Amino acid sequence: MAGKQEFYWRRLHSLLGVIPVGLFLMQHLVVNHFATGGEESFNKAAHFMEQLPFRYFLEIFIIFLPLLFHAIYGLYIAFTAKNNIGQYGYFRNWMFMLQRVSGVITLIFVAWHVWETRIAAAFGADVNFQMMETILSSPFMLWFYLIGVISTTFHFANGLWSFFVSWGITVTPRSQVISTYITIGVFIALSIVGVRAILAFV
Amino acid sequence: MSDKRTVRFIISRQDTPDSAPYQEEFELDYRPNMNVISSLMEIRRNPVNAKGEATTPIAWDMNCLEEVCGACSMVINGRPRQSCSALVDQLEQPIRLEPMRTFPVVRDLQVDRSRMFDSLKRVKAWVPIDGTYDLGPGPRMPEKKRQWAYELSKCMTCGVCLEACPNVNSKSDFIGPQSLSQVRLFNAHPTGAMNKGERLETIMGDGGLANCGNSQNCVQSCPKGIPLTTSIAALNRDTSIQAFKNFFGSDQV
Repeated sequence: MAGKQEFYWRRLHSLLGVIPVGLFLMQHLVVNHFATGGEESFNKAAHFMEQLPFRYFLEIFIIFLPLLFHAIYGLYIAFTAKNNIGQYGYFRNWMFMLQRVSGVITLIFVAWHVWETRIAAAFGADVNFQMMETILSSPFMLWFYLIGVISTTFHFANGLWSFFVSWGITVTPRSQVISTYITIGVFIALSIVGVRAILAFV
Repeated sequence: MSDKRTVRFIISRQDTPDSAPYQEEFELDYRPNMNVISSLMEIRRNPVNAKGEATTPIAWDMNCLEEVCGACSMVINGRPRQSCSALVDQLEQPIRLEPMRTFPVVRDLQVDRSRMFDSLKRVKAWVPIDGTYDLGPGPRMPEKKRQWAYELSKCMTCGVCLEACPNVNSKSDFIGPQSLSQVRLFNAHPTGAMNKGERLETIMGDGGLANCGNSQNCVQSCPKGIPLTTSIAALNRDTSIQAFKNFFGSDQV
C-alpha cells in the first residue's frame, strides 16, 4: 500500500456527494416545487435562480466540477464491485447494489437533463414552465423523469447514510439503524417534492 | 424405496491451480452426527463417485475440527463457512461444496489464504515488544476493555468475510474486513496503541479502509460474530482524525 491517493479520492467522493451536490439537489427540487403554484410562480423562481450573481462561478464550482468528479469516480467504484445479492440477500447488501445501480441511472438521467435544459439554454433556449411542459408531454419522457428523479433521491438518501459511516459519524449498529430510518425519511420527503414538481408540469 | 438413507454431495473439483474446475457427485451411507469433514474423510477412505467410478480423494484443509482455526472454510450450499461445524443433518441435500474462489484455489476445496496473513503483516497486527533490553511490564488494560477486545481477538483468519464481501474481488485490491478489525484490536491495546498512527497510515493506503462499500455482508457472515462493520466505522472515525492531524498538523502518533 504505497500510494495514499485512493483514501483521499474516496473521502472526497463521499463528501462531494453531500456537499455541494446533495445540497444543490435539495435546492433544485425545492425550486422546482414552485411549479405546483402554477406557471407564473415557477417562472419567477427559475428566473430568480438565473439572475443569481456569480452564476457561472456557482455553476462551475458548486455543480459541474463536483458532479463530474462524483460521477466519474462513482462509475469506477460501481464497476469494481462484484454484486452478490443472490447469495447474500441482506438489506444492506441490497442497498449496496441499489446505490450502484441508482448511481448509473442517475448519471444517465442527469446527463440527458443537463443536455436538454442547461446546454439548450446556453444555445439560446429559454428555460421556463413551457419548456418542461413540452418535454413532459411525452409519456416516455414523463416516465424517464419520474424514474430519474426517484433514482436520484434514493442515491442521495442512501449515500447520506454511507457518508455518515464513511466519515465515522455513525459507528455503533444502533446509530446506523437510526440513520437508516432518518435517511428513508429523507428519501420519501425528497421524492414527494420531486414527483409533485414533475406532475405539476403535466 | 430403499430403507438405507444416503447423503448426496456435489463437489466442485479442480486438479491444479490453473486447470478448469469440474463437478463430481458422491453418495455416502448416512450415519448419525455426520458433518462435512467426516463425509470428506469417508470419501477419502473409499474414493468412488456416485457413478461407481474410482476417483482421486478430495483435497481440503482442516486442522482443529472445532471452529477455532479457520482452515476448513469452504462454500457449502452457496455460503462460506467452516466445514467442521457444518452438520449434515442441518444441510439441504444434495450438499454442494465449492472452494472459496476469492482466494487462489490450490486443489479441489483447498485454497491459499496467504493474502490474509500478508495483510496482517502489512498492518502490523501485533504488539511490538521485542528489543535489546527488558521493557518491563506494559500499561494495564481495564478488565472491561479486555473483555470487549476479546471479542475482536476471536478472528481465526478463516476468510469468510473476504469471500462474502462484494468489494474483495479480482478487480480490486481491497484487503478486506478481517485485517481492518485487527487494526482496531491492536490499536485498542495499551501497548499496541503506541503504534496506532502507523497502523492507521497503512490502512489509509491504496486497497485499504476506504474501499469498504458498506454492504455489511461481512458482519452477517462472520462465524465468530465479530462486529466487523463497527470496527470499520470506528476506523473510519480514527482515520478521519488522523487525516486531519496529518494535514493541519498535530502530533502524528
